[in-house]
Amino acid sequence: MIVGKNDIEKLLLEVHDRYGYDFTGYSRASLQRRIDAFFSRSRLTNYSDIKNKLLNDTAYFMQFVEEVTVNVTEMFRDATFYKYLREHVLPVLATYPFIRIWHAGCSTGEEVYSMAIILKEASLLQKSILYATDLNAAVIEKAKKGIFPAGMMQQNSENYRKAGGIEDFSIYYTANYNSAKLDESLNKRMVFSTHNLVSDASFNEFQLILCRNVLIYFDRDLQEQVLKLFDKSLESLGFLALGTKESIRFSAISDHYKQVGNKEKIWRKSR
Amino acid sequence: MAQKQVNKPAGLIIIGGSSGSIEALLVILPQLKKTLALPVLIVLHRNSSSDSSLAFLLSQRTSLAVKEVDEKELLLPGHIYIAPSDYHVLLEEDGTLSLDASEKVNYCRPSIDVSFTSAALVYQNTLVAVLLSGANADGAQGIADIKENGGLTIVQDPAEATVAYMPEQAILLSKIDHILSAAAIGEMLNTI
Repeated sequence: MIVGKNDIEKLLLEVHDRYGYDFTGYSRASLQRRIDAFFSRSRLTNYSDIKNKLLNDTAYFMQFVEEVTVNVTEMFRDATFYKYLREHVLPVLATYPFIRIWHAGCSTGEEVYSMAIILKEASLLQKSILYATDLNAAVIEKAKKGIFPAGMMQQNSENYRKAGGIEDFSIYYTANYNSAKLDESLNKRMVFSTHNLVSDASFNEFQLILCRNVLIYFDRDLQEQVLKLFDKSLESLGFLALGTKESIRFSAISDHYKQVGNKEKIWRKSR
Repeated sequence: MAQKQVNKPAGLIIIGGSSGSIEALLVILPQLKKTLALPVLIVLHRNSSSDSSLAFLLSQRTSLAVKEVDEKELLLPGHIYIAPSDYHVLLEEDGTLSLDASEKVNYCRPSIDVSFTSAALVYQNTLVAVLLSGANADGAQGIADIKENGGLTIVQDPAEATVAYMPEQAILLSKIDHILSAAAIGEMLNTI
């Protein structure tokens, strides 16, 4: 089902009024595609029936939130990025007595566990806290459990090696039929919480913020708003890490950040 | 809040392909004249590890500017944009491009169907779509959507394509406007 452009705009406003979730700053092309898919999968066939259900059934709406936002991730996604963190960023973080890291838009948590592994291998996990947030309560629950499809482990293991890992990756999980549970020592230092980048405030100061492949779904104005939130949440000399195709180039914050290295999307705050 | 209207181009040429499509592009692109009035977006299946060497390779064979898509980039006439590896490319109403790292479609990211269908909705009858050689059915549904929305559809002649499967699937699914050799596709794009 293709939902008309005007209907989408109206729906977004009504959803905001009813539930407080504001999707109006999301890029329309991706949102349209996912809303169309959600409406097409519904057992109801009439647009206004689905819309009424969305506005009156909170559980159905939460399912909508989970499906219209993108939750595709993998461990050590973009291996060279993690290699760079391991070799160039962790040695700097190691000089702090206590390390605070924020994974903003953590989805099902694969990147948080990846970070915990490289911190552990650098003997830094014990003095670190990893805050992992997402607007979706359902994915946060999955992330907390640290249980991932067993079928992904081969890819994860390969990414781990490319990211400079030298251990046998299987020491980090226990496989059980179709799932693999990551070692509990990894999530002891993680704090999971829902947080909506669009509407929630800064809640701490960090030395490293990672937000990868989230800003691509926001329009330029919302990107700017979220980058300012990160700026406010980052200590002086802290690091901000974005996805491969994301940049702070167009943002007002770019004047007091410097890209570290020339390939990875990691910036360091200068003041 | 509706998205701001910047200046959406008057139309768009969108080209999809997989295995064997680079050979076809190396015939088509050198023919394109610098005066081409529309932007060109190329969505090819590639290895997720590949870097920006595809843009470099293609830029050696055309007088038009070639670059890999940046997110929220505004499309300019006479420029060639290449979909980056591991992202779908979507078209916005304001003439910009968005990237999307969601699920693979037809086992592919970028997927030709995803970009074709998105472009069909935004560019309607100002869209020109070309589907080249490939060993996967990606693109067939997208080109059917483009046809349904009034766009012009062109498919590389399966008899000429290095791998006939992709153009064949498109031809089976919808009535394609023109089935042409790569050389004839280049000529035709210059007349648009």
